[in-house]
Amino acid sequence: MKSFTELKRNLKKDLSQLPKVKVTVVGDTATQFLATSIRGMGVEHGFNIELFEAEYNQVECQVMDPNSDLYAFNADYTIIFQSTHKLLEKYSLQKPELQVSLADERLDFIRLICQQVPRRIIYYNYPDIEDTIFGSFANQVQSSFTYQLRKLNYELMNIVQQYQNLFVCDLAALSAKFGRDYMFDSSVYVSTEMILSIDALPYVASRTMDIIAAAEGKIKKCLILDLDNTLWGGVVGDDGWENIQIGHGLGIGKAYSELQQWIKKLKNRGIIIAICSKNNEDKAKEPFEKNPEMVLKLDDIAVFVANWENKADNIHTLQSILNIGFDSMVFLDDNPFERNMVKKNIPEVTVPELPEDPGDYLEYLYSLNLFETVSYSEGDKDRTKQYQLETKRVSLQRKFTNEVDFLKSLNMVSEVKGFDLFNTPRVAQLSQRSNQFNLRTKRYTEAEITTIEENPNFASFSFTLADKFGDNGLICVIIMKRQDEKTLFIDTWLMSCRVLKRGMELFTLNTIVAWAKVHGFKRIIGEYLPTSKNRMVEQHYPNLGFVKIKDVDTTQYVLDINNYKPFDCYITSKIE
Amino acid sequence: MERAEIITRVQDIFRDVLENDEIELSEETTSDDIEEWDSLSHIQLVVTIEKELGIKFTSYEITSWIDTGEMFDCIAKKLG
Repeated sequence: MKSFTELKRNLKKDLSQLPKVKVTVVGDTATQFLATSIRGMGVEHGFNIELFEAEYNQVECQVMDPNSDLYAFNADYTIIFQSTHKLLEKYSLQKPELQVSLADERLDFIRLICQQVPRRIIYYNYPDIEDTIFGSFANQVQSSFTYQLRKLNYELMNIVQQYQNLFVCDLAALSAKFGRDYMFDSSVYVSTEMILSIDALPYVASRTMDIIAAAEGKIKKCLILDLDNTLWGGVVGDDGWENIQIGHGLGIGKAYSELQQWIKKLKNRGIIIAICSKNNEDKAKEPFEKNPEMVLKLDDIAVFVANWENKADNIHTLQSILNIGFDSMVFLDDNPFERNMVKKNIPEVTVPELPEDPGDYLEYLYSLNLFETVSYSEGDKDRTKQYQLETKRVSLQRKFTNEVDFLKSLNMVSEVKGFDLFNTPRVAQLSQRSNQFNLRTKRYTEAEITTIEENPNFASFSFTLADKFGDNGLICVIIMKRQDEKTLFIDTWLMSCRVLKRGMELFTLNTIVAWAKVHGFKRIIGEYLPTSKNRMVEQHYPNLGFVKIKDVDTTQYVLDINNYKPFDCYITSKIE
Repeated sequence: MERAEIITRVQDIFRDVLENDEIELSEETTSDDIEEWDSLSHIQLVVTIEKELGIKFTSYEITSWIDTGEMFDCIAKKLG
């Protein structure tokens, strides 16, 4: 972790090229150092944080007063830090009969914050402070501080499910990992009113920036694993599948089992698991197939690469199969040589510096919080299966010399509909995750998607795609805005890269043009906003027959829909 | 630790934390003499000195020093 001093130094760099994010910090203790740390950590995540820091101890005033600086600044993210210390002070000064409603009162205020503060809110939950008034018996006393504090944290998890603009930053979890003696420095607190020790600041800033970065679409999607001495102890090629160290009982095998359990959970959450190992492929697969102690099975692995090529080249191969950015990959390898090789050749890939002792792997990986996310949908669990199916499709395609015959043979069906309760989480998630096939890269939360669906000036479409191999689920989103009676503007056109080269974009265009005609529109305008990742769709609109519009500041195209001839494509529309 | 050594070590910390290599500490230096030395950077200095020298100041001590001389006295006492 970068130190506070290093984070502070980051602010002297030229940040003008980084995307700007507006952040407000409001707290009931002194937050200057926290604000500095967040700005410095922003640079580490590739953001230029433009920060507004409210005066000390102004949380209530800033939130209640509609004319406050907080509302005037209109931040993308409002970070609210109400500390356990100040809550304890409030509790201690309260009449005993009121102490039992401490949590409820604070929860009401948090609900108010969610209703009042526009855009996204990051709220720190409350690390434990045991005041030992009752000792452990506090667990049985509803009016004890311990009871109220834990109730508050628990109920906060319920509130965050109701307000989609709210994100909880888990300061309590961080404090549990490091301990209060590390997180809090009494002499610093006494002389400055700062609640976080200088050593804890980078971690708190990091956890905060993890949420912001995830909401801005920077998330990890894939975990690439070495095998020998990373996933099990020993070398399978030398020791044999039955003698590798894995499994319970005493000894280091336990550490590898628990690491595999963690990886299995990530896979179940939708993280793609890939193997990149220097081994013979059949030897490398043996433990997965034969060793009963292995938690991970071949089914859990989306792509298995075992050969004697260098790992950087193999990660390039993985990238071409998975079609995701290098910056969404994490590479785990016990060997510093391999790590450096990957870091040097593909600096975008995250390469954790695994500790020497495998027993320390898991606690170290916990401390990095690599897989922060701002959305989770049921469909995420199927992702591994979809990548495995993709491998099957690729091998079928090799049998066809003619592309059209191949596409016909897939029997593709797409279900087209607007946004509803069921698909809103996935639509929001795609808008946050899609980088490559995304014309304007606008990110939406679930709440924003609901607002769009309800606004009559918008037309919204979601597309699924299934074929004879299986269902890809919802893979394409269109949001069009009515510009005037005759004109529609494509606010969002994004598609999952899983379904490239199937004619999906032709089907999509046919669908939206048909809709536009029925509703009396004459033209559709599309815009391409370049990012470092969406070069793939630079020529998207011209390729579909749109004509470039001159004399506008951005790259815009128009399609005259009267003369539109639907494209041939091999996808059937499924009508509900 | 000799007083001269304390002064040099603390001076190095001042230069590093405040990012100014021209800082020269005497026995009478105060925050008025160094532009970057304010109440916030003071905390950063204190925490760094504690860490580097393996000592711990009390809350009272941190706010009581009039000049660097008193700070050196305090450090010398703690280092025994």
